[in-house]
Order: sequence, then C-alpha cells, then structure tokens
Amino acid sequence: MLRYIGKRFLLILPTIFVPLIMVFLLLRLSPGDPAGMILGDQATAEQIAALRAELGLNEPLGVQFVIWLKNIVTLDLGNSLFFRDPVVEIIPRYAGVTVGLATIALVLAILIAVIAGSFSALKRNSIVDRSIVTTTVLGISVPEFWFALILVFVFAVTLRWLPVAGYTPPSAGIIAWGTSIALPALALGIRQSALMTRMMRSSMLDVLGEPYITTARAQGLPEHVVIGRYAMKTAAIPVVTVVGLSAGYMLGGTVAIEIIFALPGLGRLLVEAVARRDFPVVEGGVLAISLILAALNLIIDIIYAIIDPRIRYK
Amino acid sequence: MTSSISSNILVVEDLSLSLKSGKTVLPIITNVSFSVSKGESVALVGESGCGKSITASAILGLPPENAVVTGSIWLNGIEISKLDKQGRRKLCGQKIGFIFQEPMTALHPTLTIGRQLTDTLRLHLGLSKRAAMDRAAELLDRVGIPRPREILKGYVHELSGGMRQRVMIALAISCGPELVIADEPTTALDVTIQAQVLDLLDEMRAELGLAMVFITHDLEVVGDHCDRAVVMYAGDVIEYGSSQDVVSSPSHPYTVGLIDATPANNEDRDRLVPIPGTVPPVGHWPSGCRFAPRCSLSDDHCRSRPEFMKANVTDIRCWHPDGRVSQ
Amino acid sequence: MQDRTNPPNPGLDGDDKEIVVVTKPVWQRLLANPTAVISVLCLMVLVLGSVFANAVAGSDPLRINPSIRFKPPSFEFPFGTDNLGRDMFKIVLHGGKTSLLVGAVVTIISMTVATVLGLLAGYYRRVDMFLMRFVDGLMSFPAIVLATAMTGYLGPSVGTVVTSLSIVLIAPSLRVVRGQVLVVRELQMIEAARAVGVPTMRIFTKYILPAVSSPILVQASFIFSAAILSEAALSFIGLGIGSEDISWGNALTESRNYVSRAPWIVMFPGLALMLAILALNLLGDALRDVLDPKLARRR
Repeated sequence: MLRYIGKRFLLILPTIFVPLIMVFLLLRLSPGDPAGMILGDQATAEQIAALRAELGLNEPLGVQFVIWLKNIVTLDLGNSLFFRDPVVEIIPRYAGVTVGLATIALVLAILIAVIAGSFSALKRNSIVDRSIVTTTVLGISVPEFWFALILVFVFAVTLRWLPVAGYTPPSAGIIAWGTSIALPALALGIRQSALMTRMMRSSMLDVLGEPYITTARAQGLPEHVVIGRYAMKTAAIPVVTVVGLSAGYMLGGTVAIEIIFALPGLGRLLVEAVARRDFPVVEGGVLAISLILAALNLIIDIIYAIIDPRIRYK
Repeated sequence: MTSSISSNILVVEDLSLSLKSGKTVLPIITNVSFSVSKGESVALVGESGCGKSITASAILGLPPENAVVTGSIWLNGIEISKLDKQGRRKLCGQKIGFIFQEPMTALHPTLTIGRQLTDTLRLHLGLSKRAAMDRAAELLDRVGIPRPREILKGYVHELSGGMRQRVMIALAISCGPELVIADEPTTALDVTIQAQVLDLLDEMRAELGLAMVFITHDLEVVGDHCDRAVVMYAGDVIEYGSSQDVVSSPSHPYTVGLIDATPANNEDRDRLVPIPGTVPPVGHWPSGCRFAPRCSLSDDHCRSRPEFMKANVTDIRCWHPDGRVSQ
Repeated sequence: MQDRTNPPNPGLDGDDKEIVVVTKPVWQRLLANPTAVISVLCLMVLVLGSVFANAVAGSDPLRINPSIRFKPPSFEFPFGTDNLGRDMFKIVLHGGKTSLLVGAVVTIISMTVATVLGLLAGYYRRVDMFLMRFVDGLMSFPAIVLATAMTGYLGPSVGTVVTSLSIVLIAPSLRVVRGQVLVVRELQMIEAARAVGVPTMRIFTKYILPAVSSPILVQASFIFSAAILSEAALSFIGLGIGSEDISWGNALTESRNYVSRAPWIVMFPGLALMLAILALNLLGDALRDVLDPKLARRR
C-alpha cells in the first residue's frame, strides 16, 4: 500500500509543475518587457531596471528557471506588487473559501450523481429514467456562470430564500455559511453532477449485467442488499476515478462563480491579480490550485485503492 | 418420468418459458419435464443455445425480466412455482444452491470472500458475525481450501481458477441446500483442475445427499458423473434416460449425431461425423420436429410435433423410435 | 435470448443487444439519426443568424440609445433592450459571430496540433513518455485558470483568447488521438505495411490517419462546445475578447447587475450559448453512435 501511494505521488508531480512551468515561460517569453508591463506607462527607466533586478529578469533563462524552481520549492514566492504582503501569506486567506465551496459542490454533485444515476439504471427505459437522462444532457450543456445568474433570479430575487451575493465565514455560524454558499455550490456542481450521473447510470447498467450480481440474487440476498452493497460497490468505482478531473473543472468554475457571488476566494483573487498585473500573486494562485488538486488526487488514489482491492496488485 | 412428486427433491413439469418484447413472444424452452431425487445427479445436455441455462434460471426463480414462465416446479413436495417473488428468493441460497461457469466473474471482485460467504450464512441461518465466519472457515476447509482463515480475508483475483470454483461450491452448499444446480461448473477450468472439481462435486453430493442438476455440453462428463441425462435441442427435451444408456446407446438422431461428433466416443478420430447444418436460432424453429431439417430420417411425419416414445432403452421425442424411415 | 455462449448468469442473458450490420455511408446514417438532424439544424440556425445578422436584426449592435433602456421583449425588440438601450436581439445575433468563430478557430488549431502530436506520441514511445507526462499535468488543471493567467500577460483580445484556449484544449484531444493510434498501430495491416517497406510518412497518412479520423471528428465537436463555453466564461469575467467586440459571454458580463430589473438581458445570450453547446454535445454523441458503435455508451 505504501509503495502504491509513493508511486501515485510521483505521478502527481507533473500536475503540480506543468501549469507552473507554463506560467513561468509565458511571463518570460511573452512579447514586451514584463517589468515595463507591470509598472505601466508612467514608469521611469530606473524603476523598470530596479524591478527587473528584483524579479531576476536580467539573468539567462536557465539561471532564472533554477532560481524560480528553488523559490517555488522553498515557497518563497515574493511579495504581492499590489498588497505589498508576501504572497505565501495572502494565498491561504483566499484558498479556504475556494476549498470550502468546491468541496461542498463536489460532495453535492457526487451525492446527486450516485442516487439519480443508480435510480435511472434500475428503472431503465421508464419515464423517470428518460427524464433523468434528458436532464443530464441539458445539465452538461449549461454554462455554470449563466446557471448561477438564473439561480440568483429564482432563489434570491424572486423567492428571496437565499442571499443574492456575499460571504459569511463558517466562524460566524455554519448555517449562515451554508446559506451564503448554497447557490454558488449548486451552480458550480451542476455540470459535473450531470456528467457523473451519466457515468453512474451506464456503470450501474454494466454492473447489473455482471454474473456476480446474479450470484448474489441466487444466494437469496434481498434486492436492497444486492443493489446497495453488491452493485453499488463496483458501480461507484468509475465515478470515483473522475472525481479528480471534476474537481479540476470546478476549481476553474470558481473563477466566474466567485465573481458573481462576491466570494473572497482564489478564483476572484486570480482574476483581480491578472487585472492588476500582480504577477507574483498570479503565480502563487496557480501554485495553490495545483497543490490543492495534487492533494485531492492523492486522496482519491488512496480511496480508490481502498474500495477496489484489485488496483493495489497492479 | 413424472414419477411421484413426493419421492423426488425436484420435479419439473411441463415447464415453458417465452420472452416478451413488445408484441412478439419468443418461445425459448417448451414443455420441459424431468425430476431429480435425493443424492442423484441429472445432466441437462445440449449445445449452446438449446435452453439449458434458461431452464436453470427458471428453476431458480430468476428468469429474465421479460420472461413468461408456465408449468410447475416442485421442490421437496412444495409447488414453488406458485410462490411469489419474495418466497422464491428466500429459497435461493437456502434450499437451492447455484454454481456458475466462470467463478472469476461470478464472485464479487471487491468484496472479501469471507464477506460474501457470511452475508449468505447470516441471512439464512441467522448466525452472528463471528459464528458465520467460523462456519465459513469450516466450509472452505471442507471443499479442500488450505489456510481458510487467510483466504476469507482475501479477494477472488488472488486465487487460482480451481480455488475460485471451490469457493463457489462452498458458497452454494453453505446453508445446507437440498438441490444444487451447477451450470457448466468446469468448462472454464484447466483439464486437470476439471477432474478435481468434478470429484469434489461427487463427494459433496454423496456426503450431503444433494440432488444435483448438472448443466453441461460435455458428454464424457455426463457418462462419468451423472446418474441420468436429459438431452435438449432448440428448447425441447428430445431424449432422456440413464446417462449410461444415453451415452452408449442413444436413439434420437440428434443425440446419435452428437456422440458421433465427440472425439472421446469415437475410436476412429479421423472420421468424426459432424451433424449437417446448424441449430436454428430462437424464433426460427420449424413447426414440427425441430431437428427435422438436419435429420437424415425426416419425412412427412416430422412436420407435426412428435410426442415422447419409448425407444431402445431411452425415451425420445421423435417419430422414428426404431431408427428407421417409415415407408 | 438463448444461451449463446452459455453465459454464466441465467437470469440476465435476455439482454436485447442487437448486432447492427453497418453498410450505409456515414452521412446517410447521420440523416437517419434524429438527434444528429436536430442538432445540425440548431447549429445551422445559429450560424445563419450570425452570418446574416445585419440583414436579420440590423447593423450597429453596440449603438447606445438611452431613450429605450430596459425595454422588455416586444414585437419591436424581440429580446428586449439592455441598460444602455441596446437591442438584445442584435447583440445575440452579432455576438454569435464572435462566439462561433472563436470556437471554430480554436477547434481547428487545437485539433490539428493534437492530431499531429497524438500521431507522434502514439507511434514513437520516446515522444510518448515526455508528452504524456505533460498532458497529465495539464489535464487535471483547470483550463480556465491557465487561460486567465495567459490573458494577464497578453492582454484581453480575440487573439489572446484563441491562443490561450487553443493551447489549453490540446491536452484532452491529444490523449484521445494517442489512445486510438496505440490501438491502430498494433493492427496487422500496419505491421504488414512496415514489413514491405512502406515509408513511415505514408503509413501515417494512408493507414493510421484514416483509422483515427472517426474519434477525431467526435472529439472535435466536443472541443468546439468546450471552446465556445470557455470563451464565454473568459469574456464574462472580462478577460476574454475585450469590450470593443461582442460575444455571448461578453453580453452577459454587465447583465449580472440587472438580474432583478431586466432578466431578459440574462436570458437570451445565455440561451443562445446553451443551445450552441447543447447542439454540439448532442452532435458529438450522435457522431460517436454512428461512426463508432463500439465506443458508444449504452444509453
């Protein structure tokens, strides 16, 4: 098991570094002087030269890369050009909101998918099945930021059940936090939930045709045990494998969702940093998202190995 | 054949099964009758597609969803075909054990072997978790699995093919059933392992006094391990009798052809005689004798459906029990 | 049905799987598929609407007219007007031009690059090692975040959006093409061609490319829908095509401040966007069913 985790960890390293390397190269290889871009038109030559030195832009690309890599590994990401605070201190303040939001959205999406997908498969070709399948087709095609606006119109503006926007931290009460995060999580989860429902349905259909399900029935086990334990245990495996990818899409979705609902999260920080040309924060944001995804993927790999013992022996 | 219902463990009488899809009704098996007494092994023999597995599923009470089943099935004097779905399900595992062809796919891939055994034991015998585990270990020991406690914690993919089928047998006999249905239990195994598993099945049958329905296409196995044989062709029983008689002196032209086409039953291996043509698919059966289009004896009689007739030593569904073309 | 190969599960061998003998040409089979026909019709309406936007809705969609702000949908303004008194019908039709064009260009560029790299990766093991680690790294990372970062360096414009989306959308298609090449490469005809000395270039163009073209076509329609969606998301957060142009995503940016006052400003660009994505997704599904029955999921 430990060897397996070690192997998975090595495979996860590219997930962390590839996006970062792309960001590194972009800044250095894009046309124009990054220092000039950051400081804007009014900057004097001395200011630009000073910033170039601070960012280490005068060194050859190879040397820059080594320095940059060393800084990443030691988490020395420099100071924000806007807040003036160290990036490593700024990022965690925003990351919590995003992780909370994405986690709720992911859990919601998985729950809906497992229940709706299995139900659909068990009632194959019924009206319920057909409406679930149609809903998933629509769900996969709905842009989450537009769906968020529709949710706001229905639940916040018309029904007035939930706030239009704004964030209440969990420290101010779990329920208040929940209401502030309910619509964002729903909007964020819709597409992935639809995708996972589809997957769960077809996986459940496959599993229901497996001989070991017939064996369970031939042993006289009641149907709720056959479905709930014997079929669910294997049918859920494909869904678990896509959770990592789904979480990636969701973290991407937070960018627009956090802006719509005015949530102080990583996505919004990133967009604002891009608008302010605050490149150290952009780099820090990308690193944070990579690390969150890497950690999540490692957790999924471990869960995967627990629920599917076959994988440990490969 | 339909000898007294009470003296037999299993009596199948006039069992027919059709599949309904939309407005069409496809007959799959028609008027199947046979019986199995305590400690007896009855073979259901035939090529793939003849309806033997579906017969087994009907006895078990787990036919396809769109199936229409008629006829009666008696288990130990009770007409189980009259029971509802729940009632049938309770018999499964408890009174009727089932052994599948491919233990690798018939056992759950991600539940431990112990879990699968104890789920059944606790359900039917009401055992505690620990007692069920002890009983499971005994069962594995009994079917010849070494280190049963360790195996209980493991998974199917860790076992060899022969071991897997032993686990499957342990599962089938776990609650002391009266009847065991084995659907091609050795087809997926290596030849050397096949013999071991067949011997184990014989041993269990003798020891526990099981009635056994043995589904196979292998006539050699029928002769060596079964007391009686029921030969099926295109959803029909076409010949039955003691397995020795069916194998050594068959009367139905199909059975004769089947045995001529089997290398082990034919001294001169260079001159195996194949049966001309192929089994007609479901829905394309001739209205009279279903074997007629492939039969050298067929004549005008064969356009109507034959009844069972006494032949040499067996009973056959054929217009020519003497093996001659009528003039 | 009957126990064809003696399936070990007597209860479930009645599966109604049918063996379809494929004989008709692809376009005829597509025409016989209602989903494909409907989605192609939807796409045609959207494309024609944007191409002939001037004729259908009139020109100059960005002209501000304060006297007709926040008009609900009516005969004169079928989609209503926005906070600046602009006709939403014009905005949706003209916006479609950018959205569909960006989507199409991104699809062509990323699919071309992915196909070339996928062919190389599938065929040469050494290229594969390197490229696939790279693709693994990109796959799980959100494309929008990378595209956002890129816009930061390159500035919002149509060119930036096309460049960044083309790059980030290569990874999934590269994986599809490579996977298919790995299968095709093992076929005997390829081995035979290599054995008789057919030049490698010819093996690529005459043997492998035709064999992988079906999954590429299916993937292209999914990438098209992903590109339209991503452009909309980027433009929505103000890091897309810039404010001088209009696209569906762009048209939604301002609207979020008027959800309660003028919901139609939110409705119509979003519906157009969803219709395009839906049609492309359905077309992709239909293409997969028609071109590659083995790949098609049981539905």
